[in-house]
Amino acid sequence: MSYRILGSVAVAALLASAATAEEVRVYNWSDYIDESLLEKFEAETGIDLIYDVFDSNEVLETKLLAGGSGYDVVVPSGTFLQRQITAGAFQKLDKSKLSNSGNMWDVISDRVSKYDPGNEYAINYMWGTTGIGVNIGKVKEALGDDAPVDSLALVLDPANMEKLQECGVHFLDAPAEIIPAALAYMGEDPDSQDPDVIKKTEPVLSAIAPFVQKFHSSEYINALANGDICVAVGWSGDILQARDRAAEADNGVEIEYYAPKEGALMWFDNMAIPVDAPNPEAAHKFLNFIMDAQNMAAASNYVYYANGNKASQEFLVEDVLGDTAIYPDAETLEKLYTTSPYGPKVQRVVTRMWTKIKSGT
Amino acid sequence: MRRTALIAVPYLWLMVLFLAPFLIVLKISLSDAALAIPPYTPTFKDGIGALIRELDFENFVFLTEDDLYWKAYLSSFRIAFISTVLTLLVGYPIAYGMAKAPDEWRATLMMLVILPFWTSFLIRVYAWMGILSNEGLLNQLLLWLGLTSEPLVILNTTTAVYIGIVYTYLPFMILPIYAALDRLDASLDEAAQDLGCTRMQAFWLVTIPLSKNGIVAGSFLVFIPALGEFVIPSLLGGSGTLMIGKVLWEEFFNNRDWPVASAVAVILLLLLIIPIVLFQRNQQKQQEAEQ
Repeated sequence: MSYRILGSVAVAALLASAATAEEVRVYNWSDYIDESLLEKFEAETGIDLIYDVFDSNEVLETKLLAGGSGYDVVVPSGTFLQRQITAGAFQKLDKSKLSNSGNMWDVISDRVSKYDPGNEYAINYMWGTTGIGVNIGKVKEALGDDAPVDSLALVLDPANMEKLQECGVHFLDAPAEIIPAALAYMGEDPDSQDPDVIKKTEPVLSAIAPFVQKFHSSEYINALANGDICVAVGWSGDILQARDRAAEADNGVEIEYYAPKEGALMWFDNMAIPVDAPNPEAAHKFLNFIMDAQNMAAASNYVYYANGNKASQEFLVEDVLGDTAIYPDAETLEKLYTTSPYGPKVQRVVTRMWTKIKSGT
Repeated sequence: MRRTALIAVPYLWLMVLFLAPFLIVLKISLSDAALAIPPYTPTFKDGIGALIRELDFENFVFLTEDDLYWKAYLSSFRIAFISTVLTLLVGYPIAYGMAKAPDEWRATLMMLVILPFWTSFLIRVYAWMGILSNEGLLNQLLLWLGLTSEPLVILNTTTAVYIGIVYTYLPFMILPIYAALDRLDASLDEAAQDLGCTRMQAFWLVTIPLSKNGIVAGSFLVFIPALGEFVIPSLLGGSGTLMIGKVLWEEFFNNRDWPVASAVAVILLLLLIIPIVLFQRNQQKQQEAEQ
C-alpha cells in the first residue's frame, strides 16, 4: 500500500515538473536572428524557447487561419498583419508587460500603424526594402561597365535580361512585391488596387519571365553567395547576408545591393501574439526581451536589417547603421513606398496573373 | 460471422483514413472563401442545415472556366507518364541484373536498393540541387573532363524534375519487377533457346511477358504518386514546370481560397481513381492466376 502511495506521489511530482517547465514557441522568418539571442533568452527567463522558421507570409497566414497553430509569437509583414488582424488572428498586446516599449522608434511605429492602427497588436521587429542584388563582376561581364545596376531596367528590360539569363537571375516568388516594382518601373502608382492597372504589368513581366531561372523567396541567398546566379530581386538584408557569406568564403564573388532609383518597396516585419497562443505570458516576455536595446542591436548586427527600435541604434555597428542600403539616407527614404493588402477579388487576379507570368499559361 | 468481422476491419480502415478526410475536403470544396478562422463559410459549427442551404458547385464551375487547371492536370499527367517510362527503362535492367546475380549477392543488392530510404527524402532531393546546379558537382565534372565549355543548366528545369522523380521512385519500380523475375523458372528461357530462339528473342518473347505483372505493378507505384508530386517540382523544377501539386499549393497558400483548393484536390482524386482501379484489377488477376 505504501508503495502505491509513493508511486502516485512520484507521478504527481513528475506532472508538476512538466507543467512548470514553461515553453514559448516562436515562428520567425528564416535567417532572421542571431541565434545566440535564443540561448540568452532561455538563460535569463528559464523558459524553453522553441524556434521554428518559415520563408513566406503565405505559409504563416495559412497556419494562423487554420487555427491552433500552437505558436506564441509570429512575425507577419505589414499587409499580411493587417488582414490577419481583420480575420481576428491576434490578441491585443498588454503594454503593461512590455516595459521596453519606450525604446521603439516613433518614425517606424507610425508607418506600421497604417497596418495596425494604434500599434495595438504588434511591435515592429525589422524593416527593409525590396531591391536588386548583383554579382558585380558577372553582371559587368554580361552587360558592360555601364550596366544599369541601380535601376529596375536591369531586371525588367528584356534586352538586359536576355544577356543575364546565362549567369542566372532569381526573383522573389512574391507577387505582392514584384508587381508594385513593375508598376513603379512603368511610372504607375505602385500601391494600385485597380485590377486593370495591375494587369498592365503582365506584358512587362511576361517578357522577362522566360529569362528568370527561378522564382523563389529564400534560395537566392546561397545561390548569390556561391556564384550560382548573378542577379536576385530580393530583400535587402538577405542580399547583404549573401554579400557577407561570399566575403567570408573568399570565393571571388562580390555582391552589392541596390534600392532601385525608380522607387523601392519598404516593408515591415512585426511580432504579434496569436489569439490562441498557448502561453501569452511568455510571449510578452519574449517581445519585451527583443525590445531590449542591446538584444535588438545584436539581431540587426547579425542579419543586416534595420529595426524599429530607436534605443538600439546606440549599439549598432557602423557597418549596419552607416550603410545606406540598411538605414537609407533621407533622399532614398523619400523614394520608398509602402503597399496595402489586396482584397480577395484582386488577390485572385494577382495570383492568376502571377501563375501565368511564371509558367506561361 | 468471422468472415464479416474480417471484412469489416479493412473497410473501417478505409472509412477512417480515406472516406472521412475525403468528405471533409468535399465539404470545403462546396463552401465559400472568407476572411476568418477557418477561412471558409459555412463551417461545420453552423450545422447541416446551413450546409445544405448554401450548397453550390460554383468552385467546380470555376475550374472549368480557366484553362490553367486543365493544362496543369495534363502537364502533370505527361510528366508522370514520361517519368514512369524512364524509371522502367532504368529499373528493369537493374532488377534483371539482380535476379540473375549469384544467390550470395542478392541480399546485398537488395540492401543497396533499399539503402537510400535510410536517409530523409528531403535531404536526398536537396543533395540533387547540389549536384545539378550551375556550379554543382556534375557541371564541375563535365567542365573538368572538357565535355562542355559552358555549364549545363539542369537545375530548375523540367529535366531536373524527371531526374528527381526517377531517382526517388526507382526502388518502387525495381522491387516488384525483381519479385516477378525472381519467381521465373530459368528452364523456360533455356527451353526457348533450345527451340531456336536467340538470347534476345528469348528475352523479348519469354522473359518480358512473364514479368509483365511486375512491370505493371511497378509502373503504377511510380505513376500514381508522381502525378500529385509537389516537393520534387518545387525544389528541382523551374518556373516553367506546371504541375497540379503546385497549383494546389497556390490556391491554398497564395489565394487563401480553401474551397477552390479543395475542388482541385477532389478532381485530382477522381482522376487518380482510374489508375488505382486498374492497378487493383491487375493485382487481383495476378492473384487469381496464381491460385
